[in-house]
Amino acid sequence: MADNKTSQPAALTPALRPLSPHLQIYRWQLTSVMSILHRASGIALSAGGVLLVWWLVAAASGPEAYNAVQNFLGSWLGVLLLLGWSAALFYHLCNGIRHLVWDTGHALDLRSTYVGGWAVVGASTVLTAIAWVAGIWHWVG
Amino acid sequence: MSRARTAPPSRLRSPLGRARGLGSAKEGVEHWIAQRITAVALVPLALWFVAAMIGVVGADYDTMQDWVGRPLPAIVLVLLLIATFYHAALGLQVVIEDYVHGELARIGCVVVVRLVCVALAIAGIVAVLSLALGVAD
Repeated sequence: MADNKTSQPAALTPALRPLSPHLQIYRWQLTSVMSILHRASGIALSAGGVLLVWWLVAAASGPEAYNAVQNFLGSWLGVLLLLGWSAALFYHLCNGIRHLVWDTGHALDLRSTYVGGWAVVGASTVLTAIAWVAGIWHWVG
Repeated sequence: MSRARTAPPSRLRSPLGRARGLGSAKEGVEHWIAQRITAVALVPLALWFVAAMIGVVGADYDTMQDWVGRPLPAIVLVLLLIATFYHAALGLQVVIEDYVHGELARIGCVVVVRLVCVALAIAGIVAVLSLALGVAD
């Protein structure tokens, strides 16, 4: 493609710059996916905050309301929500620390963003797994 | 990329403008700083919260009441609620400002998010305090 353009005057040659994202053919990168996930997990955690307040207000309202929330949280939907919420929390926490490092002006080069990115993916996965193993251990035991 | 912070200061800014550090919008830096301060606060608070929730998994009402009634969980829960909903309001505001384009709709969404966050934080704090102070039965 570039060969065809060489005969044209420079001003008419389209610059071979990357085009803006075209979603059907866009090649995803770790960095952009993690950026999107940081926002998504932040929004999910805000919704999770409603759950926390609901739990606390129910506990303050008395045993009946509290037991209703506990039953919901123990249902498959409740467990699924808690699983998603805990994963979102650990991801947002780890990636948030990565953002705080960036705010100091460090680790902004391409290699560091990938090393830090994979570290966040690994750390948040491991932390979520540890929390659930500990939680189930405590629940059963 | 990391060179950006060592770029020479713009000569177009007045010394007073540089000292204030606010830029032409006159505000915004408070939002940015508050988001970072609440983020730093939430690192230990969130880790404590997860550990605490593992401790009270499936707790019955009396266990839960006793747990919140102790000073440390009550105090940290209140701090967590303040930091969480302050941070959430700031973060959701940025998302809204990015994606809601009509000015009236954008301001309306930010106002609603702020009010809901304040209401949730206060509801949570009152619940914790009433459990901790034994106002709840």
